[in-house]
Amino acid sequence: MSSAKARPLFDLPIVKRAIVDSFTKLNPRHQLRNPVMFVVFLGSILTTGLYVHALTGQGEAKPSFILGVTLWLWFTVLFANFAEAMAEGRGKAQADTLRKARRDTPAKKLSAPSRDAQQSSVSAATLRKGDLVLCEPGDYIPADGEVADGVASVDESAITGESAPVIRESGGDRSSVTGGTRVLSDWLVIRIGVNPGEAFLDRMISMVEGAKRQKTPNEIALNILLAGFTIVCLLAVVTLMPYSIYAANSVNVALIAASQPATAAPVTTTILVALLVCLIPTTIGGLLSAIGIAGMDRMIQKNVIAMSGRAVEAAGDVDVLLLDKTGTITLGNRQAVAFHPSNGTHERDVADAAQLSSLADETPEGRSVVVLAKEKYGIRDRQIHEMGAHFVPFTAQTRMSGVNFDHRMIRKGAAAAIEAHVQSLGGEFPAEVQATVEAISRQGGTPLVVADGPKVLGTIELKDIVKGGIKERFAELRAMGIKTVMITGDNPLTAAAIAAEAGVDDFLAQATPEAKLKLIRDYQAGGRLVAMTGDGTYDAPALAQADVAVAMNTGTQAAKEAGNMVDLDSNPTKLIEVVETGKQLLMTRGSLTTFSIANDVSKYFAIIPVMFASTYPVLGKLNIMHLSPGTAVLSALIFNALIIIALIPIALRGVKYRPKPASVLLWNNILVYGIGGLIIPFIGIKAIDLLVNLV
Amino acid sequence: MTTTGLFQIALYLAVLLLLVKPLGSFMARVYRFQPLFGLDLALGPIEHLTYKLCGVRKDDEQNWKTYALSCLAFNLLGVLAVYVLQRVQTMLPLNPAAMSAVSPDSSFNTATSFATNTNWQGYVGESTMSYLTQMLGLTVQNFVSAATGMAVLAALIRGIARKTTDKLGSFWVDLTRSTLYILLPLSALLAIVLLWQGVPQTFSKYKTANVLQPSSYTTPHLDKDNTPVKDAKGNPVMDTVNVATQSIAVGPVASQIAIKQLGTNGGGFFNVNSAHPLENPTGLSNFLEVLAILLIPAALCYTFGLMVGDKRQGWTVLAAMVIIFLALVIPCVHFEQSGNPTLNALADQHETALQPGGNMEGKEARLGPINSAIWAVATTGASNGSVNSMHDSFTPLGGLCPLWMIQLSEVVFGGVGSGLYGMLIYVIVAVFIAGLMVGRTPEYLGKKIESYEMKMAAIIVLVPPALCLIGTAIACVSPAGLLGPSNPGIHGFSEMLYGMSSQGNNNGSAFAGLNANTPFYNLLGGILMLFSRYWIVVPTLAIAGSLARKKLIPASAGTLPTHTPLFVFLLVSTVILVGALTFLPALALGPIVEHLKLIGL
Repeated sequence: MSSAKARPLFDLPIVKRAIVDSFTKLNPRHQLRNPVMFVVFLGSILTTGLYVHALTGQGEAKPSFILGVTLWLWFTVLFANFAEAMAEGRGKAQADTLRKARRDTPAKKLSAPSRDAQQSSVSAATLRKGDLVLCEPGDYIPADGEVADGVASVDESAITGESAPVIRESGGDRSSVTGGTRVLSDWLVIRIGVNPGEAFLDRMISMVEGAKRQKTPNEIALNILLAGFTIVCLLAVVTLMPYSIYAANSVNVALIAASQPATAAPVTTTILVALLVCLIPTTIGGLLSAIGIAGMDRMIQKNVIAMSGRAVEAAGDVDVLLLDKTGTITLGNRQAVAFHPSNGTHERDVADAAQLSSLADETPEGRSVVVLAKEKYGIRDRQIHEMGAHFVPFTAQTRMSGVNFDHRMIRKGAAAAIEAHVQSLGGEFPAEVQATVEAISRQGGTPLVVADGPKVLGTIELKDIVKGGIKERFAELRAMGIKTVMITGDNPLTAAAIAAEAGVDDFLAQATPEAKLKLIRDYQAGGRLVAMTGDGTYDAPALAQADVAVAMNTGTQAAKEAGNMVDLDSNPTKLIEVVETGKQLLMTRGSLTTFSIANDVSKYFAIIPVMFASTYPVLGKLNIMHLSPGTAVLSALIFNALIIIALIPIALRGVKYRPKPASVLLWNNILVYGIGGLIIPFIGIKAIDLLVNLV
Repeated sequence: MTTTGLFQIALYLAVLLLLVKPLGSFMARVYRFQPLFGLDLALGPIEHLTYKLCGVRKDDEQNWKTYALSCLAFNLLGVLAVYVLQRVQTMLPLNPAAMSAVSPDSSFNTATSFATNTNWQGYVGESTMSYLTQMLGLTVQNFVSAATGMAVLAALIRGIARKTTDKLGSFWVDLTRSTLYILLPLSALLAIVLLWQGVPQTFSKYKTANVLQPSSYTTPHLDKDNTPVKDAKGNPVMDTVNVATQSIAVGPVASQIAIKQLGTNGGGFFNVNSAHPLENPTGLSNFLEVLAILLIPAALCYTFGLMVGDKRQGWTVLAAMVIIFLALVIPCVHFEQSGNPTLNALADQHETALQPGGNMEGKEARLGPINSAIWAVATTGASNGSVNSMHDSFTPLGGLCPLWMIQLSEVVFGGVGSGLYGMLIYVIVAVFIAGLMVGRTPEYLGKKIESYEMKMAAIIVLVPPALCLIGTAIACVSPAGLLGPSNPGIHGFSEMLYGMSSQGNNNGSAFAGLNANTPFYNLLGGILMLFSRYWIVVPTLAIAGSLARKKLIPASAGTLPTHTPLFVFLLVSTVILVGALTFLPALALGPIVEHLKLIGL
């Protein structure tokens, strides 16, 4: 990911390929796709003809002048082609890197549906439907499938938002497993149910290569506006011919009446073509497709594959972000934050027992208990094997873990499991512990009860830890006008506590797939655009319903099919960057359109004074840039062509985006691209004119 | 510019803006079917009788296509009616001056002109039209063409304000209510004030009066073909004409003047329009008439704000209009007050206690350059087209202001209804570009602006400039067209450009100096007016229909605010930029080069 970001703007091999492509893109059928550049293309052909005609000695102007105009017209076309080719080249290069760098989960492929069958380690991506794999504690399930053998507890928090593990076993309702979930205890033999192809990559590659790239709705709308503007310019320029014929005639009539030679001549077609090309929005027209391709390319640099440009564009419009609590807002796992003793037990004893029971527990929760015991009571790490202790791992059947030594039997687990455990040993579950358990739940925590034999010692309080910096991120989103909604399987009280801590605007507690889907529909009915991330099969309906749906690469095939983007890093926080990229894409288009149109003012001042020089020399007073009359038209044309090249970096990188309210963004962009667009060409054209006259 | 000039402009705008809120909220009540302070009780029976006679059900709302079809059908009927009236006026009553039938091309031009709310007049009113034609044809169209514009606007506003529906209201109901509750009462009020100021309202014959100082003049003797007869030596034969009496045209003037100003029609009863002392007798009548030009268009902005539930949106659009208006009225007054530089050596053109100073050619001595210039810019801004001075005689840059005002597609106040719906289309274009710049799919008042709206907006923005430019191009290279301008060279070009711009934008004011009552100009102009009106009405309604179907997106901090000074600036820039980019070369060949030559002398 980081290597992709470091790609230089003008990578030599890409530039070389783009230069060649600039010429192959001269194919009229390709040019026709872009109405603005097609006009330039036709203009170039027309002046080429005029040049050939001028060579015969009967041209409307000096051949050298027509040649100069013709060459720069062709350059304008080629520069626009080059911009597009550059964007495509970068996209292709990006795709190549991606293919190699794609994150891969190893899978233990089995030759037969038995745990003891012969194993081979393969890439998850190569698994086909019907293949058998073994998943042991800590393994990610490589793809959706059915449990063929075994029973295990599986962490499906990534999909459901529910931190508590679920049981999966062969046969019955609980036999289906989802790719991207993780086996916590025991083992499973899974029969893969889907063919994970390279479909996304394939689609993306064909898209960046331009073959299948469809114009996005917004791009179409902008194209219409630009085409309309081009027609206005075309009319303004074409009608100048009859106007100037009228003017020249009337001036000549007056000259002849005064017995002077009739010197007034109508404007030449070459100058009209040059004026037209200067006026029509070639800057944005030439860069429009490059901006679109580069937008997707920037998504790819963030390791997000967009299924369509439409999705990237929609990302900019998102009003509501649905974020899964686990992994996005909070760290993936809960951490111990306090020990609550039962009556008659010292807090330190609870800590001690809890630490003992967790020493061999490699789950993050277990480790956090050890850390807390050390921080709070200085209880050092102990080697349970040296103590002759025997670790009892968590199993789906007991739903407890613990340690046996010195006739002690320390267990920790969910309140219900411990209650059953102590009662079976003749103990009882104290009422105050029950109260603590409920209090912790209410405040958004998870209680784990610790028991020594039949005696309940107390409770460990586990809490979700909100990611650092996430609150500030949400505040930025709020400033951009985006509402954040936390989705969690927790009860409403827990959810409210975490939502307040993380600073989200709203939350959906005890989220079921149906509730999630309904929430999205409600927001959409209110006219809002909803973005979400998801990775489980259960998420598929919600993903399909959401306007921008980012599926995690570790997620199930169904989720990936339902979403319109895939995050290769499987990082749910990425949604925020996706939104920013979408906004940046639209902003780049808007800013360059403004720039392009603002540029026109200066070009009138460059060309009008000289185009009617023989009819109305007095118009020379409008030549406020003091351009040399012989080169003014050419200077404006050269500026017009070079500005395309100069703006390629902005088109490829996008204009700078800062999370600010719309009014501030607008003001900044108008200042830079509107006012700047008005002034820069005056300076640029003057400078080019000075240079041209030096040469 | 003198302080008198500034004061006049300030007074004018202050009174105008004071009236915006009361009239605007009253009009909103009309379109929202709310009680109208007793007016609905008084006129309600007429309204319901109209529906009954026409078979219209008041609550029968139309989708955009039916609305557009109703509008087109009604207007087509209007064109036909006015055409036939002119052709057969000899056979009809109320023709005391015994006017003959109007020629087919002139009748076509006038019919389209009045139906499209352009009110371009190729003919001379007092020597062409019978009273019946003036009243039943022209005055009726003055009302209904204005009401048509207001109805289309009401439909567009509903399209913006409503959500997920295809109903835009009923054209017939909007038409009836606009006429009955807004245009008729206001016109009656204004007509009565004008009567008091001395504007005639009569069916009697033209008056004959003895002139104070009988005089005589010579004129070339013409033969049957209107060519001067020459004697044996080749000198023209001259006739002496004695003038002892004059015929003073009168008629039902006040009623037509009231609606011609209020309905941004502009078609005067007399040829010289409101420069005529019987159309515009006093300083007060002049103030009220020029106020009436912008009254409804300005107040409709407030109506718009009320109807979309956000008054700030209306003020924003109005602010943009006022700014562009000021940007053109101030230079216009300035250049007219500065006078003609070539005359500086011959006469004092400064304002003194005894004279208004400035360029007085083509202006009424009663009104002076300031009132003429304010009127000129108001009438061209508002697609009114009535004049109280001859724009042809303005200084080049002074004349450029009204000319360019027309070329800004009549959206600065603009015609009643049509000005605001035209401006709202520019709002959509501005929102589109600005919306992109803040990184969202552009939306206006909660409605997404997508490719369909852009397609229609592009047509609307494109049509008027295309018509003006192509019309002028045809005129200035065709032999028939070249016969039109009365001045040669640059000014002749300005005359053609002005005439085509005026008709291509449904303004109707004349630069004068263009002899447009020829088959060539009548047909060309008629076609321009038809396209300019209906090629905008239909896409506007299409946008209304498309917006009405959309969902309403709630505003957030990420939404582009469209009620800020920044947005006003953007909207002004969009209008100015499109107008400048389209017309700068043409203007350079007309007023600009004329000005440069003038100061170069």
